[in-house]
Amino acid sequence: MSAGGLNLTLHVWRQSGPNKAGKIVDYPATNISPEMSFLEMLDTVNEGLITSGQEPIAFDHDCREGICGSCGVMINGAAHGPMKQTTACQLHMRTFNNGDEIWIEPWRAQAFPVIKDLVVDRGAFDRIIQAGGFISAPTGSPQDANSLPISKLDADEAMDAAACIGCGACVAACPNASASLFTAAKITHLGHLPQGQPERYRRALKMVTQMDLESFGGCTLFGECQEACPKGISIDTIVQMNRDYIVAAANEREEKAEMGAG
Amino acid sequence: MSESLRNDGRVWVPKKKEDCGKKPGEIAEEDRDYYLERKYPSFGNLSPRDIASRAAKEVCDEGRGVGPGGRGVYLDFADAINRLGESAIRERYGNLFEMYARITNENPYKVPMRIYPAVHYTMGGLWVDYNLMSTIPGLHVIGEANFSDHGANRLGASALMQGLADGYFVLPYTVGNYLASAKLAKVTADHPEFKAAVDKVQAMTDKLLSIKGTRTVDSIHRELGNIMWEKCGMARNEKGLKEALELIPKLRDEFWNNVNVPGSGAELNQSLEKAGRVADFLDFAELMVTDALHREESCGGHFREEHQEEGEAKRDDEKFAYAAAWEYAGEGKAPILNKEPLVFDNVHLSTRSYK
Repeated sequence: MSAGGLNLTLHVWRQSGPNKAGKIVDYPATNISPEMSFLEMLDTVNEGLITSGQEPIAFDHDCREGICGSCGVMINGAAHGPMKQTTACQLHMRTFNNGDEIWIEPWRAQAFPVIKDLVVDRGAFDRIIQAGGFISAPTGSPQDANSLPISKLDADEAMDAAACIGCGACVAACPNASASLFTAAKITHLGHLPQGQPERYRRALKMVTQMDLESFGGCTLFGECQEACPKGISIDTIVQMNRDYIVAAANEREEKAEMGAG
Repeated sequence: MSESLRNDGRVWVPKKKEDCGKKPGEIAEEDRDYYLERKYPSFGNLSPRDIASRAAKEVCDEGRGVGPGGRGVYLDFADAINRLGESAIRERYGNLFEMYARITNENPYKVPMRIYPAVHYTMGGLWVDYNLMSTIPGLHVIGEANFSDHGANRLGASALMQGLADGYFVLPYTVGNYLASAKLAKVTADHPEFKAAVDKVQAMTDKLLSIKGTRTVDSIHRELGNIMWEKCGMARNEKGLKEALELIPKLRDEFWNNVNVPGSGAELNQSLEKAGRVADFLDFAELMVTDALHREESCGGHFREEHQEEGEAKRDDEKFAYAAAWEYAGEGKAPILNKEPLVFDNVHLSTRSYK
């Protein structure tokens, strides 16, 4: 069960604050249990750093169950590391070999400025959600449970898209730093449910507009996002987003024409 | 792992201690103890979490736990897979099985999972009135953060119930009503209370950053967790709780005199954030132990070893049919107990049995 501890060399991006120069600093990680998660390995290194009078490496984390989307760093150039469909917290050290060198960097994207070390500001995602990632529903009046039948296909597609945890790996992996997969996942999730229909096209228009206002790049269908996504979201969702967006844009033009604005 | 897995899994340990080191497949059917099915035939593997947790602890305390450290029991899906097929099980629990495989490097479709109860949710929370407002006017507390709904056997995912009930059915009326009826005078950052709060936080931050002792925040957090786990966990007794009440203030002294919070308060400082939380945990742990010591009965998740009947929790409704709302009395002062009586008009208190 308990194989010997791993001895690794970490090359970690250290940056004391926003708009400060950062650099890669090397640290040994010694006697790391293969059963540890990647974040537990970082915890262990940090305990050593604090004890020896140095500042610990700042990194985001919360649930450590792979469902909150807080953690996420580039590990050897791959978002969340080498294992497919796995968040950094669910990546275990048995994936590495004794003597390995590991390069750890923050998400790199203009829209995700570094706050400190490996922590970036993902507020741009929040603003995309605020722009349209919601439904307006009356509260306080419970409906009969079966009054809104949803086909298995729709339920599954909505659920698959809803698996997005908003970690930002898609942006980090994209050569254009595009947020299309994230935005498309949210649009697809709500657009496949009856509750999401009233605002479906407005939602697509508003969220895409907000995405463009943030400093994300455009989608040119590299497909790196779906490779990096820890939840396996498909770029099919981007097709859905583009379709809803075009319908919304056309509707808007018609409405303006009817009002005599066109 | 999520408790929903117990819907289809069967929980067992070896009957004999000598078998604990063997691979599960090498242990014959007749040498397995499906202890939940044996002890609670009518509920079996679906017995509520307080019962199932204590039963797991009990078999491990007897030395029949499995896996490294001996703190584990098997959760076996072999029967369910035979009955329903692997694809049906994958459909139901695929994400959880995947998570398990990542953590353990074992395939739960082939080998039984090893599980053990862990602290995940604490019954109780902030006191609120029927409008879900706390003792601070305007501060509404919803979901798992308040004390109102869940007792001992909050089962998997049922935190959703409280989130939905509070969010859908209560808050839309009570918050709206509060906002419409409260006189909310304009306040500015010049308000003396605001200044007092800023000064207090600044003083605490400065203090934490100035100690520069030899203990990391995490090491104190772990030590506190261990005290709570050992003395105020799935089973508690007077002796252990009294020991905890000695240990926690000592650890708090250690924290406030020997913690090392690196860095400054000028930028993002995760150690400082954590230190603030651990400072709260130290106070809160003491309160939890005080409450557990005060409650001389076993009730749901609170199992006092002195109060049991044939291994099951024994309540004392005469003396303890109330929720204890502890009031903060200020630093270093004993909290004040407010009793919120539990009155049952239609459904009357009875003793549950899962046998």
